Amino acid sequence: MSSLALILPLLIPLATAGVGILAWRSRRLQRAIGLIGSVVLVIASVWLFVLVREEGIQSLQIANWQAPFGITLVGDLLSVALVLATAVMGVCVIVYSFGSVDRARESFFYYPLMHVLLMGINGAFLTGDLFNLYVWFEVMLISSFVLLALGGERAQLEGALKYVTLNLASSVIFLTGIGVVYGVAGTLNFADLALKLSAFEEQGIVTTLSMILFITFGVKAAIFPLFFWLPASYHTPPAAVSAIFAGMLTKVGVYALIRVFTLIFNQDISYTHTLILVVAGFTMVTGVLGAAAQHEFRRILSFHIISQIGYMIMGLGLMVSGNPAAVRLAIAGAFFYIIHNIVAKSNLFLISGVANKLRGSYELSRLGGLYASNPALSLLFLISAFALAGVPPLSGFFGKLMLVRAGLEAEAYVIVAVALGVGLLTLFSMTKIWAEAFWKPAPDESDDESAGESPGKAAVRQPGMALMMAPIIFLAVLAVALGVFFEPVYNFSIDMADQILDPRAYIEAVLPPEYIEQVRGGVK
Amino acid sequence: MCAANSPGIPLSDLAMDGAVGLIFSVFLLVALSALAPTVQRFVRGWTGLLLALGPASLFAWFATQIPAVARGETLEAALRWAPSIDIALTMRLDGLALLFALLICGIGALIVAYAGAYLHGHHQIGRFYCFLILFMASMLGLVLADNLIAIFVFWELTSISSYLLIGFDHRRTAARKAALQALLVTGAGGLALLAGLVLMGIASGSWELSEILASGDVLREHALYTPILILVLAGAFTKSAQFPFHFWLPNAMEAPTPVSAYLHSSTMVKAGVYILARMHPTLGGTDSWIWALSIFGAVTMVLGAWLALQNNQLKRVLAYSTVSSLGAMVMLLGIGTPLAAKAAIAFILAHALYKGALFMVAGTIDHETGEKNTEKLGGLVRLMPATAAVSIIAAVSMAGLPPLFGFVGKEVLLEATLESPTFSTWLVAASVAMAALTVAAAILVAVKPFIGAHLETPKKAHDPPLAMQAGPAILALFTIALGLAPQFLAGPIVGAGASSVLGEQTEVKLALWHGLTPALGFSALAVLLGVGLYFGRAGVRGVGAALGPIDAVGPARGYDAAMASLNLIASAQTRILQSGYLRNYLIILIISTAGLVGFTLFARHGVPEIRVQTIPNFYEVGLAILVVVGALIVVVSRSRLGAIAALGLVGYSVGLIYVLYGAPDLAMTQFAIETLTVILFVLVFYHLPAFATYSGKRERLRDMLVALIGGAMMTVLVLLAVEIQVDEPVSDYFIRNSAPKAYGHNIVNVILVDFRVLDTLGEILVLAVAAIGVHTLLRLRPDRRARR
Repeated sequence: MSSLALILPLLIPLATAGVGILAWRSRRLQRAIGLIGSVVLVIASVWLFVLVREEGIQSLQIANWQAPFGITLVGDLLSVALVLATAVMGVCVIVYSFGSVDRARESFFYYPLMHVLLMGINGAFLTGDLFNLYVWFEVMLISSFVLLALGGERAQLEGALKYVTLNLASSVIFLTGIGVVYGVAGTLNFADLALKLSAFEEQGIVTTLSMILFITFGVKAAIFPLFFWLPASYHTPPAAVSAIFAGMLTKVGVYALIRVFTLIFNQDISYTHTLILVVAGFTMVTGVLGAAAQHEFRRILSFHIISQIGYMIMGLGLMVSGNPAAVRLAIAGAFFYIIHNIVAKSNLFLISGVANKLRGSYELSRLGGLYASNPALSLLFLISAFALAGVPPLSGFFGKLMLVRAGLEAEAYVIVAVALGVGLLTLFSMTKIWAEAFWKPAPDESDDESAGESPGKAAVRQPGMALMMAPIIFLAVLAVALGVFFEPVYNFSIDMADQILDPRAYIEAVLPPEYIEQVRGGVK
Repeated sequence: MCAANSPGIPLSDLAMDGAVGLIFSVFLLVALSALAPTVQRFVRGWTGLLLALGPASLFAWFATQIPAVARGETLEAALRWAPSIDIALTMRLDGLALLFALLICGIGALIVAYAGAYLHGHHQIGRFYCFLILFMASMLGLVLADNLIAIFVFWELTSISSYLLIGFDHRRTAARKAALQALLVTGAGGLALLAGLVLMGIASGSWELSEILASGDVLREHALYTPILILVLAGAFTKSAQFPFHFWLPNAMEAPTPVSAYLHSSTMVKAGVYILARMHPTLGGTDSWIWALSIFGAVTMVLGAWLALQNNQLKRVLAYSTVSSLGAMVMLLGIGTPLAAKAAIAFILAHALYKGALFMVAGTIDHETGEKNTEKLGGLVRLMPATAAVSIIAAVSMAGLPPLFGFVGKEVLLEATLESPTFSTWLVAASVAMAALTVAAAILVAVKPFIGAHLETPKKAHDPPLAMQAGPAILALFTIALGLAPQFLAGPIVGAGASSVLGEQTEVKLALWHGLTPALGFSALAVLLGVGLYFGRAGVRGVGAALGPIDAVGPARGYDAAMASLNLIASAQTRILQSGYLRNYLIILIISTAGLVGFTLFARHGVPEIRVQTIPNFYEVGLAILVVVGALIVVVSRSRLGAIAALGLVGYSVGLIYVLYGAPDLAMTQFAIETLTVILFVLVFYHLPAFATYSGKRERLRDMLVALIGGAMMTVLVLLAVEIQVDEPVSDYFIRNSAPKAYGHNIVNVILVDFRVLDTLGEILVLAVAAIGVHTLLRLRPDRRARR
């Protein structure tokens, strides 16, 4: 049964996309298929999640070729939690798309592309093989590229070009890295790599190899100074597409960094993880300053994605501390921050789409008056924005608290100061959007107090608005719930961290015991 | 009554406990806040009075706790939140908490009622109630919380609700700016406080303040003491508008008056003072504590009082005078003697009563006359007699004259400074200066508008509706009652509060008449000076104007400069990093990769030894030369066709290498791809504009360098990979098992369709999606979409 649970998150989107393409003549049919597929994906992901939570790490040897010779899918707590998050975001974005994406895009395979994207993301989270990860990266890249360019508007094409060029360049680096890793280690299986590289006497070489992967996953995660593809493109497609990109794509890069820098490259932590910590600081600062310089709703949000990636890899970098309690909390904090950020950041993008629909622009100078006309939307924005800025008792606060406490316990004072300062600047950016798009009177509005009331209220009744608002409400509730019911989420994060920080369980779940014996004996 | 619950007991157990009221009180207010807009929709004009019943009943409940708390008992309750990471809603009601709870709920009830009348008919009044009561809940939570994290949670919520309230009049730019300023200043301090609280938890090993308190000198002797102190002070000083962070408070007067009266005089700004009082038993008493609090407090006290007199806007005068009073409280907590603790508590109480009343009166004047400038107000006593009476009573208390409670507060303040073991002379002088300036400000803001010749105002003034009069009047009555019977009415609560500040049970004596003490003499001196200052205020303002240039380097300008430079740095940085040019991005990517990998190799491994193991054959050398020449032609060619042909040469040469190393099927594939690529390129080129060179010599040189660095890194890596082998590669397994287990003799094919079938599936998908992409790019264009 477990093998089915592991493969379903790939098969369901694949089947959905395939059937969706066949139904290309009917938009209505495509919508129905898209929605059903995403709901079924959630059910399957919940099943996988529960299975792994209750029975430990699950693995599946594809085509029954025993690891390390075939490709292995592995579900540990980190993977399956992210798969579940992906599925939930999938439903949210698809429902939102019903109300917001234009007919032409829908007719041109919008929903099938979305499902291929979901499949690529799930594949990246579940695979236990370096080259297979590359393949899923390519699936993600091509489907996200087509989604970015879909519609062919000028700004879209410009953004898509930068997006695809830079990501292809990083793919080349990744492929080279895979080649070199394979050349040295003779294997691509994560568990096997962990086993063999940790016992390898020339650790300097291993560390060098890790740097190639650091760069290539760093590009995906949009860390400093490799993030430019992200702000160049994320503000161009429809809001629904921006939202799923913002929520999930960079997280795949962060996931890959966490995976390889806990499982495989954990020999030279004082070097590699110090580097990660420094990069984390720069990523936070440059991202948040980038946002401060923007005056467009989605550009601000895009730069904040970068800034918050910094927090996530700060958790990874804190492994440099010798204090096990701090390290555990740091990894758990990084994980919690990922989940929180998926919820809060995607929701802000979804809200930006509503603002655009109501006011016809993403430019802050042309927005305004939403506070007077749309109190519900205002409240939802405030919840998401304050969650993002780490205001208690919303989700972001707890992510910040875990990382700050871990950092202080690890005596990493500089990075904690940076993280707190960046938190303040995040609040600054969020209030900028709030003050401009919500508080400020709309630019075309007369000074008459009541004038702001009517146009917005009429706009709320626009077709599709309910479909757009439903996922926004759901995600805002989630941002509150993650804070109010923090205890179980925290405990899960800690269990996840314990699992991640002890790679033995992962290795034993993937490789047969005799093989592990043999490698351990053979190398010594 | 003294129910000691350990944090983390489930709610069901808690329900049996009398102290559950502590948690219930906060949640009641949260619920009230959430319901307020709906209530407003149905009840309309009576909403304010109806909602005021909530805090009023809480006030009554807290008042019933006075006797027990005065005896030294504490109520405790806890609600599970996240016990695994030491977060709990632990609530503890001691003297200090009780005093603040009474102020928050009591004044809160009056303010809610007042606001109902003040903002009568405002179309967003529902939201106003919501934010105001949310603030009330946060503030109550803050003073009741015992858990370090819970303290911070409520602390931040007060900042956030304050932001929404200051910006309530959101259509005005000034209101939005002031809201942001208050949020950023207090938010920055809040983050410092968070770091300080977490360090306290780490250093002491406990996350409950009461437990930390019980552990004695652990923190004061800890290596982290100084950082903790600085961080906590940063939080407290920003929140309580201490110099040099005092500038945000007068700007926050953009808020509607009920907000100023509540948040910015009697409650939120006292949160910083509260946290200092709360921390006094654990962090106080050291030299750095005494120095920092006495000096910053005294400076703020005098500066605030001075600036108050420099202004003539009603609310700004009151705001600066609030800054001054907050400074006095901080100074007293710095002195830290039992007398000073008593003085601090008495002064907090006295100040809340008269300042809350005066703010409401100021709002009434503004509301009824349309005039905010004290110099343009006069003779209102005939038009608004009731308001005038209340105002003058409050002013007398503010000026510190008997028989009002303000007098009692000021007397103990002077006594405390007189008996201070440190800086006594300076502190007395500062206190007298403050008292004198405060007298002048009290006359200016609360007496002058009502007496003298009547001055015309934009609106015809009359006494406001009862709901607006009740608030200040009740506060004024309290001021009188507490002044006349201080020991009986205020003694228990002040004593309990002082006990909390000192960390041990103390008795206090409060009296209206202390005898002919030095303090009384200084009081009299201050009153005389104050009256003089009032009449000579033109001169005082002249001196202030002469000192104007100092303001140019003052902290308010510092804030503006910081905001401006933030914008500058942000846009400069973004211009450099996010230049918009793809070529720059690629250069950064390649250089980062080569630099990081190269550096790591040398730093962690050393200079790689690369031995050429086999001497290459002549045809291998020939092929290598072909590849290099082909690549060079691609780069220098001035014709697209030439470049593509040369690229084909590179590809075919690589294919030949495959042939040489025994991979004919790979070579076949390579040849096919190369041929197709060349054909496709040629087809596409037909549609492109003519070839042009855009880059100059320097750019090309730069690009060449980047390319060489990238290529060199790749070469070194590949040579290393060939050199070093950890273990037998998995491909050996494929070779051995391809035929016996997978029934295929072509190993490459078996790998593709069996060993690594999932990769192949993924790549097929990539191609399919690419095809869809091409289709959509060709068919779905904005210009065509219009026609669909």
